[in-house]
Amino acid sequence: MLLEVRGLRAYYRTLTGYVKAVNGVDLQLGEEILGIVGESGSGKSTLASSIILPKPPLRIVEGEVLFRGERIVAPSDTSGLTRVRYRHISIIPQYAMDSLSPTRKVYKIIKDLARGLGDDVLAKARRRLRRVNLPERVLDMYPVELSGGMKQRTVIVISTLLDPEVLIADEVTSALDVTTQRAVLEMLRDFKDSGIVRSIMIITHDIASVYQVSDTLAIMYAGRIVEHGPAEKVIRDPLHPYAQALISSIPKIGIHYKMQKLKGIPGNPPSLRNPPSGCAFHPRCSRSLDECSSREPRMVSKDGRRVACLLYE
Amino acid sequence: MTRGVWNLCANILELRGVTKVFKTGLTGKPVVAVDKVSFALREGEILSLLGESGSGKSTIARMILRFLKPTQGSIIYRGKDVWRLQGREVLEYYQEVQGIFQDPYSSFNPIHRVEHHLKQALRSLADGKKNFDEDNVIREAMERVGLNPQNVMGKYPHELSGGQLQRLSIARALLARPRLLVADEPVSMLDASTRVDLLNILAELRDEERMTIILIGHDLSLAYYISDTVVVLYRGSVMESGHVDEVLMRPKHPYTRLLLDSVPQLDKKWEHRMGLENGDQDYDELSKGCKFAPRCPKRFDKCEETPPLLTLGSRRVSCWLYADRQS
Repeated sequence: MLLEVRGLRAYYRTLTGYVKAVNGVDLQLGEEILGIVGESGSGKSTLASSIILPKPPLRIVEGEVLFRGERIVAPSDTSGLTRVRYRHISIIPQYAMDSLSPTRKVYKIIKDLARGLGDDVLAKARRRLRRVNLPERVLDMYPVELSGGMKQRTVIVISTLLDPEVLIADEVTSALDVTTQRAVLEMLRDFKDSGIVRSIMIITHDIASVYQVSDTLAIMYAGRIVEHGPAEKVIRDPLHPYAQALISSIPKIGIHYKMQKLKGIPGNPPSLRNPPSGCAFHPRCSRSLDECSSREPRMVSKDGRRVACLLYE
Repeated sequence: MTRGVWNLCANILELRGVTKVFKTGLTGKPVVAVDKVSFALREGEILSLLGESGSGKSTIARMILRFLKPTQGSIIYRGKDVWRLQGREVLEYYQEVQGIFQDPYSSFNPIHRVEHHLKQALRSLADGKKNFDEDNVIREAMERVGLNPQNVMGKYPHELSGGQLQRLSIARALLARPRLLVADEPVSMLDASTRVDLLNILAELRDEERMTIILIGHDLSLAYYISDTVVVLYRGSVMESGHVDEVLMRPKHPYTRLLLDSVPQLDKKWEHRMGLENGDQDYDELSKGCKFAPRCPKRFDKCEETPPLLTLGSRRVSCWLYADRQS
């Protein structure tokens, strides 16, 4: 197992109390592409930062993260992270492509980041750019001169220059057009298949796009994973009522409302300050039982995957 | 139903060779954002303008809503050129044509309560006349879009979810009792599980009140779900247009095909690698010929000339591949 998350709770401290953005996550990551899917406020981005970049006001409250069996994150101890960050685990934070310094050319940005690693880093950057079909002159350009797709591909090249084992990509395709979106996702798949990285965690709200390149999928709701398993199984035959409602609310080409009317999920997303008791999805769930409001579901194995729902306990 | 100065026409809205040129940068380098676009809508029709960023779809919406003036061409609403309206006609136009926009979070002033925004809109539309119960009209509009007035009245915008805010912007637009609604990416900032509900509201408005709707977007599945006709745009030009089944189920234009190939669908996985092609040329490199030619897998000599908009059955395609097959 490359990365293991055990009973992780990570909260934001605010003036009016804690925001429980990650509220009990268990997850194992092997050599695979794992898609972490959730809607806004599901805690998916916080999960990414608590694994590799926890900083105030985010606090690790409980649980731990292990990399190759060694603890790298625990409550009030994230000192293990500096050893692995970027060399072994790299992250592309949300909006990274818009955070490149506008006054520095791309090669300068790379030089700054790779200080002390010698000149071959630039040579490697050149090879990688060619690999992803970007012209080498990108290195001599300013970030503003690059289109969205080129910029995002450049960011992925930069963040994998040290050949990390694990890459965490947070919403890397959400601001892109569909045609460039596909190019970026296929690029991630290629980086995994060719061994540049061993495993990738793609965090996104777009279940249809991440499904195209993922081996496994984990669906998050209110700071927890509700279902996790092989991508094909989760999409074709979801078990958790939230996963079912989410997947059936997404139109496909060929479905017109006059032939087949789709339904969204009723109600509003839960508050993470004060999440509903028991299963956080129960107020919106069409299959909820009496005990769903009082008992927290455990993660159980069912039909080749993990699911957290009292219907399956 | 017509009010005031409007005529009954076969087409409620018609764009005739509409072009918009922006001047950019210090030198005023011209960029053609919309290039001789023509299409028409019948009353009660839902039409999707589909395109990626830079396709000019939002610029078209803003020209229809009179936020931007076309450089050339005309936009005709019920027989009148909307850019030649004068005085009261402008107010009357906004009673007929309303818009909703992509970002519901920035569509409302955060310091005012929900009902304030609706009252304000109502008053500016009523033009001084007050012969109705404001609260009642506002309640009705909220209920029309599936909001419970009891749950939202008295709240501030930040207390509502994106989906609720977007419903509220539709409610605000409905206060005018418009006949044409221009919806610019109305669901792209909403969570996946609430998008289809909002589209269902738009569909109901059309089915029950025969409202005409222009939906601007980039998501082909959402467009298929609700539209009767689609217009596919690329860098300011119409590539293909026609009935949604024709264009999205049996695409002719290579660009429509590329779009359909790239769209991620839950019922099928991408089979082949599309490869990392590069669609990032500068605009001015493409001033001549078909704008899609530099990325087109089927391009040939002819593509250096601008293709005509061909009529093939009920659809229109702008591509030299079909030049000898025009019906």
